[in-house]
Amino acid sequence: MTVEATDAQASIPGDKGGPALVEWIARRSEGIVIPLAAILVGLAAFSVFVAFLGKSPFDLFGLMVKGGFGSWFSIQNTLARAAPLLLAALCVALPARLGLVVIGGEGAIVLGGVAAAAAAAIALPAVGILPPAFLWVAMALAGMVAGGMWIGLVGFLRHYRAVNETISSLLMAYIGIALMNNFVEGPLRDPSSLNKPSTAPLPADHMIGNIPGMDVHWGLVAGIVACVLSWVLMEKTRWGFAARIAGGNVRAAQIQGLAVGPLILAFTALAGAFAGLAGMIEVAAVQGSANASLAAGYGYTGILVAFLARHNPLAIIPVAFLLGGIEASGGLIQRRLELPDATVLVLQGMLFIIILFSETYYGRFRIFNPDLWKRRA
Amino acid sequence: MSHKFIISRRQLLKTTAAGAALGIASSTFAVGRAAAADLTVGFVYVGPRDDYGYNQAHAEGAAVVKALAGVTVVEEENVPETVDVTKTMESMINLDGATLLFPTSFGYFNPFMLDTAAKFGDIQFRHCGGLWTDKNPTNTGSYFGYIGMGQYLNGIAAGHASKSKKIGFVAAKPIPQVLLNINSFLLGARSVDPEITCQVIFTGEWSLAVKEAEATNALIDQGADVITCHVDSPKVVVQTAAGRGAHVCGYHANQSPLAPEMYLTGAEWNWGKVYTDFVTAMKEGKPLPNFVRGGLKDGFVKMSPLGPAVSDKARAQFEATHAEIMKGGFSVIKGPLKDNKGNVIASAGQSYAEDAIELESMDYLVEGVVGATS
Repeated sequence: MTVEATDAQASIPGDKGGPALVEWIARRSEGIVIPLAAILVGLAAFSVFVAFLGKSPFDLFGLMVKGGFGSWFSIQNTLARAAPLLLAALCVALPARLGLVVIGGEGAIVLGGVAAAAAAAIALPAVGILPPAFLWVAMALAGMVAGGMWIGLVGFLRHYRAVNETISSLLMAYIGIALMNNFVEGPLRDPSSLNKPSTAPLPADHMIGNIPGMDVHWGLVAGIVACVLSWVLMEKTRWGFAARIAGGNVRAAQIQGLAVGPLILAFTALAGAFAGLAGMIEVAAVQGSANASLAAGYGYTGILVAFLARHNPLAIIPVAFLLGGIEASGGLIQRRLELPDATVLVLQGMLFIIILFSETYYGRFRIFNPDLWKRRA
Repeated sequence: MSHKFIISRRQLLKTTAAGAALGIASSTFAVGRAAAADLTVGFVYVGPRDDYGYNQAHAEGAAVVKALAGVTVVEEENVPETVDVTKTMESMINLDGATLLFPTSFGYFNPFMLDTAAKFGDIQFRHCGGLWTDKNPTNTGSYFGYIGMGQYLNGIAAGHASKSKKIGFVAAKPIPQVLLNINSFLLGARSVDPEITCQVIFTGEWSLAVKEAEATNALIDQGADVITCHVDSPKVVVQTAAGRGAHVCGYHANQSPLAPEMYLTGAEWNWGKVYTDFVTAMKEGKPLPNFVRGGLKDGFVKMSPLGPAVSDKARAQFEATHAEIMKGGFSVIKGPLKDNKGNVIASAGQSYAEDAIELESMDYLVEGVVGATS
């Protein structure tokens, strides 16, 4: 019995039978039950707030379900809004596992979009000869290199010049947006874009289309694949393991002989590359050209998603869908209850605070810890 | 609220949450829906509805429509120019039953409104910004106003109020519409006193409160004593300028409540008229025009009431010019006129009406404006 208990922590229940399965479920459910409970508490707190505004919380939650998840249209609406958040959240989550708080993904997104548009301008003449996918690969590479260098620079400044990565990434986001405006209004401007300076638009048949049977573009699939790959990288490879060690304690990692500098550079660059890819997808699947609309705030919502997912790349997927659903239903709430848009921000803020607060409850409930079950006996 | 009502709603919630009644939910959910015979009109704004600026001007227009009988208005604010606006429009169509949509931000047009319109052929879309051409779907269209003459009238009020002969303009981006407003403001002031100059500062963004405040302060530090602007929300500029003791001319909407003493006048959109025209035509079953555009004379643009700081002399010239504009045939951009680099824009006798196509691609600042387009 004691032997089984120690084994159960690491292994998936197979032929071990009943008690081990129960223990496995108990351990695994902590990471699901606590966030779900936190979301419920957040919604309860929000309904008090709504009641103070003189609106019925029942109406509100009914509209949220309807607007976010209540029909095939609403589900697609949610998925479309979640798509860019997946990659934007990875830009926060990956460095976070190394102990870095990078909040400037917005800069990498807009620069990734500009680089992708520039690559498209260069690559378009060749597309007649090569398949259109060639254009998308070229754009994606350009976007990922631009975003990767941008956030990689944040990692470089952090490790080699001891510049705080939170501040530098945020300030660099402003520089990134200014650079985008400069390129879009200057060297890359399509002369026919008079009152909304933009780069030359992609031809309609060179846009990345929708997933068959859905009104959601392929960026959603790209985001999910990126999250899964990031999870494998973090949890199942020695590089991810090394990164988590360095995130836990830099000194200890260095004493173990881990090359912390290159690790930080590689992971911040990868994070930026994902954000740059998000920018490329905005250009190739949504906007058709790079312009000021690229700075739509995805980089900042991504911070929220990553923190709510506790920087677990797999958890980013459901959290992004949750926030996408809140945004999708936010419109319906505004329209039906005549509440300001800020109402949804209040809800997001309440969820954020309560989920962060809920982290203090991990490991404090006996029910999730089978080792303690026996000690009590 | 009766007990029975709550129970039924709870049951509905349960079934919806269970995923059993996905389609039924939309038809039975009884929150604030209008009668079926009503026309439902959707308005989408890029910023907050109470921004004292671009979005408020549209929301005021929406409020006029809301007061019409048999019309339900649905509004959504802070919708970015991304796939979000596509989904918002589709949501208004699918969930609210809207059949006439006004996506009001310039960047909503292409690709978002055009794509959505191609998908919903029996829904009418009208976009603010004058971008529509006959190559676009016939269920789409544009409406826009010529507001340059409003800035010209602002300039007249500013020219009389300025003691330093320096006036200031806080501008977002050096695009044709903004440049025309800057040039018109200066030319209005120069019609009072040809020695007046106008310093312009571009912030680079449509909505960037900190830079707008900095720009306003910088203009006043350099001696400007009347300020106007072309940014999405003039609130910060108006409050900052009035706080520093400078007079202000408004833009987009009426900002006089923010600075009742220092507010001279303002160039405002009068979207209520435009929206009423569209909605009335729709209710009467008449075809909607695809392209409408007009200025002060056509009622698309109006001026804020003159403030207490406007002198009698200023009022006289303002009203005389206003009357002349309302008569028609007035031109702001007319020769002899040079740009601020010395190039000739118009020779003597040459003039451009407010709807002249040449003004649509304006890329210069006229002589007397201190600043550069790039």
